[in-house]
Amino acid sequence: MASDLRTKQRASIGLKICIYVVSILLAVLSIFPFWVMFCNCTRSTNEIQEHAVSFLPSVYLMDNFKVYEGKDFNPFVGFVNSMIISVFSTGLAVYFSSLTAYALTAYEWKLRKPFFSFIMAVMMIPGQVTLIGFYQMVYKLGFTNNLLMLILPSIAAPMMVFFMRQYLQGALSMEIVQSARIDGAGEFRIFNQIVLPIMKPAIATQAIFTFVSSWNRLFEPLVLLTSKDKYTMPVMVSLLKGDIYKTEYGAVYLGLSMTVLPLIIIYLSLSRYIVSGVALGGVKG
Amino acid sequence: MAIKSNGGRVVRNRKLVNYSKYGYIFSIPFVVAFLIFSLYPVIYTTVIGFTDLKGLGVTTFKFQEDPFTNFKTIISNATFKIALKNTVIIWIGNFIPQIGIALLLTAWYTDNRTKIKGKGVFKVLFYLPNIITSATIAILFSTLFGYPMGPMNDVLMTLGFIKEPFYFMNNKKIAQGLVMFIQFWMWYGYTMVTLISGVIGIDPAIFEAAEIDGASRTQTFFFITIPCIRTIMLFTLVTSMIGGLNMFDIPKLLVNASGPDNSTLTTSVFIYNQAFSGSYMYARAAAASMMMFVVIVILSCVIFYILRDKDEEQLAKLRKADRKAERKAMAGGM
Repeated sequence: MASDLRTKQRASIGLKICIYVVSILLAVLSIFPFWVMFCNCTRSTNEIQEHAVSFLPSVYLMDNFKVYEGKDFNPFVGFVNSMIISVFSTGLAVYFSSLTAYALTAYEWKLRKPFFSFIMAVMMIPGQVTLIGFYQMVYKLGFTNNLLMLILPSIAAPMMVFFMRQYLQGALSMEIVQSARIDGAGEFRIFNQIVLPIMKPAIATQAIFTFVSSWNRLFEPLVLLTSKDKYTMPVMVSLLKGDIYKTEYGAVYLGLSMTVLPLIIIYLSLSRYIVSGVALGGVKG
Repeated sequence: MAIKSNGGRVVRNRKLVNYSKYGYIFSIPFVVAFLIFSLYPVIYTTVIGFTDLKGLGVTTFKFQEDPFTNFKTIISNATFKIALKNTVIIWIGNFIPQIGIALLLTAWYTDNRTKIKGKGVFKVLFYLPNIITSATIAILFSTLFGYPMGPMNDVLMTLGFIKEPFYFMNNKKIAQGLVMFIQFWMWYGYTMVTLISGVIGIDPAIFEAAEIDGASRTQTFFFITIPCIRTIMLFTLVTSMIGGLNMFDIPKLLVNASGPDNSTLTTSVFIYNQAFSGSYMYARAAAASMMMFVVIVILSCVIFYILRDKDEEQLAKLRKADRKAERKAMAGGM
């Protein structure tokens, strides 16, 4: 009996070691590429050519930065454009999805069920399938370099309407809405002042994800934006692939680091909410 | 589908106000934006697929005499075939290890018999690559695997595995494998977090009962955990498939000109190249993207159908067993 228990214990310790080893290996795999990138962005091209991996930063950050002078890659323009697109897309998507979800939850109207089934059906249409038609439409209107064309489509975000509706069904009590009505509040005001605050937790989660995904988007901006001062961050990054940066290793790493840094800061400060947000989405989907 | 019926019940129990016109009014922005930015482009893309639209800046077109000319051209196009094959291979090659590792980690992290410390930190780190711009990741990896001097060559040469720098991106298999690896690396954390949340939602009493009955860890995982999270696994499969068949950022930017022998050319990159480079074949690209859309819809329907069928089968079996038990009880009673 005793020896049986001991073998079991030993097996359990073995399993634990195995779990930790695999976990640590995968964790290193997650960090290593970014670590090399951040270190190399402070090293000179000569240093990198001698030894491409170093775990210690060097002192050539500013020299690497000077490489961008007079070239197309402009991280600040990219940053501002990406910021404009992401902030407004997120705001519009969150507000109008909440509004649509509220319409689907609080009111009884004839087309409500068909409308919801419709949202479920179009939820999965990938954007790239519609791109040729979208490009032609925007081109005809002459709006190809207009950031609005990358912002306005987020008003209709079927996936988010779906999540918001799920949330509202658990969180909204019609008694509050009723009493606000008795106090004489209009429907629109009730939504803005009573329902939106109730939805704050769902809005926070959805906002983070919409922000990150619109910040990272490459396909649509790459097609629509042709003028260099309208480029977003991912389009700027794709310029680093060009030949003029082939020999400037330090500068390439620096450019990559600048696009990653804001995301890593956001992620590490909000990681708890982000990871639990993913979990929430999974259960509800 | 379970969600829908569930939602319906909740709503029915609640008192609903008769302000029905606001339901319409509040849905207007969504509907208008959807019509302009989604529905119209889809229809327009379909129409373009039947025309001869090509050339930069051209917006006028006429319909082909044989409406399916573009579709025929695409189907018989050798490059499109390669792209389609690559897309499927790359998706499968990333999805199998992705779901495998995610399931393994889920089993480890949700097992209450082995307490693992630092799970929170591991989850945060595994999910990290998913949040980073994939354009950046593609170029970062192409730099890491650079030739003649890149960190990967440096590491391998320092460790003595190779004597001379190796030109990774010039090798068909390695270029394709690297796209698979990056996709796997970016998504296994997401899949794991989703699966873990599904396991946490299972009633703990089931696991306790299994432990008391002497089920081993492996048995518990395969006969209790996996059947319980089947819906979430289906969701992961469908979303991963749609994402995989639209893969663009990584294959577009990892290797110049889609790698040796088009080994990293995916259908999305093919569509992009047709429409926005060379001779700007909008019509052909539109036909190709409509075909991809049809493939995605059919595959999704097949996956959903397989699952629904199984559910119904199980229900039917249960009902049969119930009836049998009832009959037995009645016979016994008499």
